Amino acid sequence: MKYLCLVYLEEKTLNAFPSHERRAISDEAMSYCEKLQKAGQLLAAAPLHPVETATTVRVREGKTSTTDGPFAETKEQLGGFLMIDVPDLNDAIRIAAQFPAARFGSVEVRPMKELGCAD
Amino acid sequence: MSDDTAQEARDKVDEVYRAESRQVLATLIRLLGNFDAAEEALQEAFAIAMEQWPRDGIPANPRAWLVSTGRFKAIDGMRRRARYDASLNELATHIETTTSDPLEQTNEPIEDDRLRLIFTCCHPALSSEAQISMTLREVCNLTTEEIARAFLTKPATIAQRIVRAKAKIRDARIPYEVPPPLELPERVEAVLRVVYLVFNEGYSASFGPSLTRADLSSEAIRLGRLLLQLLLDAEVMGLLALMLLHESRRQARTSASGDLVLLEQQDRSLWNRDLIREGITLVKQALASKRIGPYTLQAAIAAVHAEARSAGETDWAQIVALYDLLLRTEPSPIIELNRAVAVAMRDGPAKGLELVDALLKRGELAQYHLAYAARADFCRRLGRNADARASYERALALVKQEPEQRFLEKRLAELGQGTVSP
Amino acid sequence: MKYLLLVYHNEARFKSMPEGTRNDMLVESIQLCHQLDGKGQYIHASPLQPEATGSVVQVREGKAFVTDGPFMETKEQLAGYFLFDAENQDEAIRIAERVPGARIGTVEVRPLVEIAGLPNSREA
Repeated sequence: MKYLCLVYLEEKTLNAFPSHERRAISDEAMSYCEKLQKAGQLLAAAPLHPVETATTVRVREGKTSTTDGPFAETKEQLGGFLMIDVPDLNDAIRIAAQFPAARFGSVEVRPMKELGCAD
Repeated sequence: MSDDTAQEARDKVDEVYRAESRQVLATLIRLLGNFDAAEEALQEAFAIAMEQWPRDGIPANPRAWLVSTGRFKAIDGMRRRARYDASLNELATHIETTTSDPLEQTNEPIEDDRLRLIFTCCHPALSSEAQISMTLREVCNLTTEEIARAFLTKPATIAQRIVRAKAKIRDARIPYEVPPPLELPERVEAVLRVVYLVFNEGYSASFGPSLTRADLSSEAIRLGRLLLQLLLDAEVMGLLALMLLHESRRQARTSASGDLVLLEQQDRSLWNRDLIREGITLVKQALASKRIGPYTLQAAIAAVHAEARSAGETDWAQIVALYDLLLRTEPSPIIELNRAVAVAMRDGPAKGLELVDALLKRGELAQYHLAYAARADFCRRLGRNADARASYERALALVKQEPEQRFLEKRLAELGQGTVSP
Repeated sequence: MKYLLLVYHNEARFKSMPEGTRNDMLVESIQLCHQLDGKGQYIHASPLQPEATGSVVQVREGKAFVTDGPFMETKEQLAGYFLFDAENQDEAIRIAERVPGARIGTVEVRPLVEIAGLPNSREA
């Protein structure tokens, strides 16, 4: 079963850490991802550039409208993601809880839909 | 077979249904991997029992027979429907090969299935309302109508909650398992929270005209007993003790007219001694364990009250000490408020007032009617009637439940001069 | 440069659309993935189960707190994503325009911070 883990955090919070702590967090995240990858549980993972780099696209009646900024303004922003493949939700929750950002942000775990049905 | 023995067999089916249908269901969910399929199989198995047992006699192990029959019927049904959906054939084969027929198996760890069911219904990824509805429906076998009545809501609301919870269990793949030891304490906590919420909803309904809904409380106590059978854990003991000790006062807690009677004014001869005895035994057992948690401490406080022959003879020093411990494990302004009341009993209302004022100043309890009710009571005992009146009025503005409202109005009237402001 | 497209739409409205239309949109999305794959750009994509199947995990003082989702209440809900390589932001936006969800909802384009060693390459 595949899950998308969306990592939300307040960019302010992360920036408030001293640089050596930020490096330690990022190292921890990296080695954790490596571990998941070795276990064959990681499909993809990456941090995202700050939310200011986001662009929103809508197409209405064939016309594209592009706006600067994210889909929704929120206190915590989507800062990265992990796509994982594990047997069940408890394993997904375990992985999310061990990801460093879960300690100062929030991880939303969304099950992916197996392709082939549109409901 | 004679009519009498046939009737006997039918009665036996009813009896087995009442006593064991949840256990059969819990095992079928594990075997079939799906709540809806398991419920369907359960109904089919009992329908067949109703037909066969009066004719062929009662099987040696009725529960295993029901599980086996339900499993067989489910596999059979999948095979028949596989004409329209080929994946069902695969699923049927999968179930057939990966699970065993309980009739051919001895020492099935079926008790684990009941725990699996409880932990799945109380999974933290489900909303609190969904956890409660699922537990009452699947574990306690209440109907959606019964649950709706208990929570003063519409059956359709409860039914929808259950449908959604089952969809989430299926689509997000919430596993049907007892959590591993490392995660067990936290998950047990989640289960106990559900049980205690059910109990409290029954003991002190948070809204509406009636003060208590006894059915929910007794259901919660039944759940507590079941949990203790399955899981020897100090906090399970603590919670069961706490519920029993509260329940022991039910009779004394409301007057004939349905009004609230405070602990200090209760007629203690109305307290249920059997429940108290059972509760105190459990508290002692729980306290003897190494892991003393918040439920055990609350139960210990309730036990001190239960042991006192009158409010005046209560060991308030002991109660304050227990609140101190409780605050250490579970800091909460409401517990601080209760501690303030105990301190007032031990050291006088002036001390209590000091604590409550400091607490109110912090703001967390600004909307909590009982904080003002306590303040009003301290002021009244100190003879500061104007202060007391202001606090009772504040409490009245915040209270949602009618008997509590009547109680506060009565207190306010007793202060003399002046009536309740509109 | 790698980009993540987050596709949002109103779940209730989507559900009320005819099944044929929904299927067409799915087929169109799959085709888009194959086209990206043909050009060596595709990394991963998937629709998601409805928002209510989500869970939120937070760890505070060493204790994991799990609650039911969603993390944010929004008018449109995250329904799926596309992860791919693009030359630049403009190409990413052009791909976003072709996502069927852009016509009934909103697509957010987010550039990834590239880190060597993570399994986001096509070989993984």
